[in-house]
Amino acid sequence: MNGVHDMGGQQDMGPVVYEKDEPVFHASWEARIYALNRAMRALRKWSLDTDRHALELMSPVDYLRMSYYERWLYRLEAQVVQYGLVSREEFESGQPAPGSTKEGPQLTLATSDRWLDRGIASSDDPRVRPSFKVSQRVRARNINPTGHTRLPRYARGKTGVIVRDHGVYLFPDSNAHFQGEKRQHVYSVRFAARELWGASASPRDSMHLDLWDDYLERA
Amino acid sequence: MGETGHQEVPSDLTLRVKSLESLLVEKGLVDRAALDALIDTMEHKVGPRNGARVVARAWIDPAYKKRLLENAPAAIAELGYTSGQGEHMLVVENGPKVHNLVVCTLCSCYPWPVLGLPPVWYKSAPYRSRAVIDPRGILREFGTQLTEDVEVRVWDSTAELRYIVLPERPAGTQTMTEEQLAALVTRDAMVGVAKVRVPPSGGNQ
Repeated sequence: MNGVHDMGGQQDMGPVVYEKDEPVFHASWEARIYALNRAMRALRKWSLDTDRHALELMSPVDYLRMSYYERWLYRLEAQVVQYGLVSREEFESGQPAPGSTKEGPQLTLATSDRWLDRGIASSDDPRVRPSFKVSQRVRARNINPTGHTRLPRYARGKTGVIVRDHGVYLFPDSNAHFQGEKRQHVYSVRFAARELWGASASPRDSMHLDLWDDYLERA
Repeated sequence: MGETGHQEVPSDLTLRVKSLESLLVEKGLVDRAALDALIDTMEHKVGPRNGARVVARAWIDPAYKKRLLENAPAAIAELGYTSGQGEHMLVVENGPKVHNLVVCTLCSCYPWPVLGLPPVWYKSAPYRSRAVIDPRGILREFGTQLTEDVEVRVWDSTAELRYIVLPERPAGTQTMTEEQLAALVTRDAMVGVAKVRVPPSGGNQ
């Protein structure tokens, strides 16, 4: 969807603010919500793509106002109720309903190494054929889906060259919405800076995006 | 507008997180010890020191560098670094005429096993928005001046590939050990916003 999260090319966000010797977490609650998000995703009620899309669905004002981990808290509070892990009453009271079932933690200390290492799904499945090959010129489709997508607005309709075939990955546009994995090839596509930004860009510079088969067409 | 660093934390957030964690623990959905272990990993076991060791090894061992550029996850695993968000890593090499810069314009994708969790500026609106339209301006803000004849390549992490920049080895470091070299390599250089420098007072004395 065309949301505020799709920031590439915006010019009104101010200077980059740099913190010297920045800690990994700025407060204990940040560390806790980070770990809670990863643990709850390990229950596999939703995917990484669903997680990303949940942030995109925030109102733009909230998205820009909240700090990074505040967004994660907001998201997890909504998800535990939405996916039926916690009832609205339990969420509001902070207490489990009497006699409510305990699923048992998916993620225990004993298994944490395993779920920490759990990979992002991809494969080199030879049955999934690539539509394009390295050195081929392609155009990023001019699409404006209202759901999740990883094709940024700044590349849509622009022409580039495939520089690498990364192999087969789940398609986020369908996977985020529980509409199937639609495994397909992902390519590194090089766009000249001038193709994306016009004559004021350096003639030497380029932007590389990793794009799924369904985002591309022959140019 | 935008995320200008870290505001003072309203205690409200602390309370909300505590309440959510207690409820999920009570419901048997999460295990506190596992949360503690995960936080310990992110705070103490992964981070830019890992990436710095990878870079230093690549600088002193051409065969390792070749493996790193061809198959980064395998070469990085040789040094013992594996964990989430690093399954599909790619290393892009800087040179006298090429400078690479990594960004995630859509969210906050970052190579956790070698760099740890990203700093706030990397996840912030100013960096995510301008790294693609004005990479040279962003580099100047970080004090990195490039001449016009240097080609800038920006890598927007739009899929599950995670990018690490292999910076140029600075001049005057020929006699340094691998460990001394690793100490020079910064997180910023591996994201591509800075170059590796030999500190005037330190280095190889």
